[in-house]
Amino acid sequence: MTALAIDVEGLTKRFSGRTVVDNVSLKVPEGEVWGFLGPNGSGKTTTIRMLCGLLKPDGGSGTCLGLDIVSEAEAIKRQVGYMTQRFSFYEDLTVKENLDFVARLYALPDRRKQVEVTMERVGLAPRRNQLAGSLSGGWKQRLALAACMMHTPKLLLLDEPTAGVDPQARREFWEQIHALARDGVTVLVSTHYMDEAERCDRIAYIAYGKLLAIGTVEEVVAGARLSTWIATGPGRNDVALRLAGVPGIATAVFGPSLHVSSTDAEALRRAIEPYRNDPRLTWREAQPSLEDVFIHLIESATAARGKAA
Amino acid sequence: MLAALARVVAMTLKELTQLRRDRLTFGMILGVPVMQLLIFGYAINADPKHLPTALISRDPGQIERNIVGALERSGYFRVVAQVSGEADAERLVAEGDVAFVVTIPDGFTRDLLKGERPQLLIEADATDPAATSNAVAALAQLPRTALRHDLPNLVEQPGFEVVVHRRYNPEGLSAYNIVPGLLGVILTMTMVLMTSLAVTRETERGTMENLLAMPLHPAEVMAGKVLPYIVIGYVQVAVVLLAAKFLFQVPMLGSIGLLTTALLAFLLANLAVGLTFSAIARNQLQAMQMTFFFFLPSILLSGFMFPFRGMPDWAQVIGEVLPLTHFLRIVRGILLKGNGAPEIWPEVWPLLIFASVAWTVAILRYRRTLD
Repeated sequence: MTALAIDVEGLTKRFSGRTVVDNVSLKVPEGEVWGFLGPNGSGKTTTIRMLCGLLKPDGGSGTCLGLDIVSEAEAIKRQVGYMTQRFSFYEDLTVKENLDFVARLYALPDRRKQVEVTMERVGLAPRRNQLAGSLSGGWKQRLALAACMMHTPKLLLLDEPTAGVDPQARREFWEQIHALARDGVTVLVSTHYMDEAERCDRIAYIAYGKLLAIGTVEEVVAGARLSTWIATGPGRNDVALRLAGVPGIATAVFGPSLHVSSTDAEALRRAIEPYRNDPRLTWREAQPSLEDVFIHLIESATAARGKAA
Repeated sequence: MLAALARVVAMTLKELTQLRRDRLTFGMILGVPVMQLLIFGYAINADPKHLPTALISRDPGQIERNIVGALERSGYFRVVAQVSGEADAERLVAEGDVAFVVTIPDGFTRDLLKGERPQLLIEADATDPAATSNAVAALAQLPRTALRHDLPNLVEQPGFEVVVHRRYNPEGLSAYNIVPGLLGVILTMTMVLMTSLAVTRETERGTMENLLAMPLHPAEVMAGKVLPYIVIGYVQVAVVLLAAKFLFQVPMLGSIGLLTTALLAFLLANLAVGLTFSAIARNQLQAMQMTFFFFLPSILLSGFMFPFRGMPDWAQVIGEVLPLTHFLRIVRGILLKGNGAPEIWPEVWPLLIFASVAWTVAILRYRRTLD
């Protein structure tokens, strides 16, 4: 068994009485790329911040790279690269000045050369003297990633690094992530994109501060035990509207098709029965997609909360 | 027309809602006028009375008692010390413990009775001409009030002569007092404002999260934030001192090296205030408002704008806490009085205490995590 880059147990964080992260346990083996998914405000950022020592957990314990996340936070900071959700380098410094600042903070040997090499590698060299604030979203993201990798961290914590970045830049970004993973770097990346989730070795899904699913994409999909029917045709929106209120049934329209899912295959069959003969629709039973699974997870989590409250 | 009105109303309501959210701004809107009212209404007095006075008496007796009584009855003088020699009196004036030294020379009574019109010497600390001018003006009445009872025949002629020496600033130029004082005011403003903005900027722009995630100690962040402003502070000092010398011909009797050293304590005190504000403020606007809240009493209660001794006790107590008060005494003492290290020490240690307390608060308030 390989060593664990992240090994935390029961992480809990409360903000003024509200539990934002609730008993989260993660075991991420070295060299794997993990996707961290969940709706906005589900606790992804808070979890990541606890992992790199920016927040003190109210409960739970664990290690990052074998170092205790509470008592050895300073040592963790030296070996972890953390990319914040919001661009957090200096907009009034140039690309080169930003990288130079970071290189100095980590006391990198041969600093000038390191900065040059980094700029060349990520293609920022022609923009070295451009102010970071004037870079487009994609270039800002490259700069941020380059900066948090310059000290060759063994673990990268990336908080929605590709939010607002175009598909081309996202693809290049993921190629870089996989290249890093081949070199043994462990990556935990939070995202809202399904295609990115599918690029990960494993995914962890969190909602309302609780981890709801963990595993490979196939495991998560299989683990949900979801039945899904897909209806295609012009009548899909009407059906979606009628099925929306049915308990235990999740619906989602994707372009021309409607996905209807439930954990109870029999109930699902009964629910769609009245619309099966609609001449405008063609029905087929399908393998649920990761997105179907996530929609189902968040809806059942919301329903469970509603019941509890 | 009506639509335009609706839009203005929408804008106004939004503005009021935002204002209500920002408690600090809301507090400042009420707090600043109240503070100004209290300070201007109760604390400021351009005609200070009961100024501390030292007495050197070489001719004890009834006449001495009459003179002291007349001085105190004028309302401007309060004899707080009786000293035997010039040296002791000199030290009291240099350290600012007394504003006047009254010397009754040997044989004063004898000469007075002989009608030889003896001289009564009054030395005034004229570094702040405004603070002593009314008291000096009141001295014209001194022979009359001193002799009225016991020697009424001497009241008109020949009586005695009051000789006033305006020490340190014989021409009573207010620039001599204000220009060195401005040095402290400028430094207070820039040091507190610049540091509080510098750190708050990191929080506001989100770069603080990045800094905290990197291997930087809070003390290192603070040191790095503060050092550039110490340099800037000294540049300002150089500019003001050069202007003082060449534009205003302010005398510079004491050691500039000593001033430079004492300045460091003053700079550190102000920088710590700036850091503390930055640790509390959530955005740059709040940091600026807090600076203003500190700056206002600093210029009004320190003795920069209005005579310190004219203020009531409670205002003097507040004034004694402020770093600017002590710095004004240091800079005026060194430049105008030629004070050395022993004379300024009583003003340096309060600065050091203020600086250590403020630094402790700043370090405790500085967040190592985002909690």
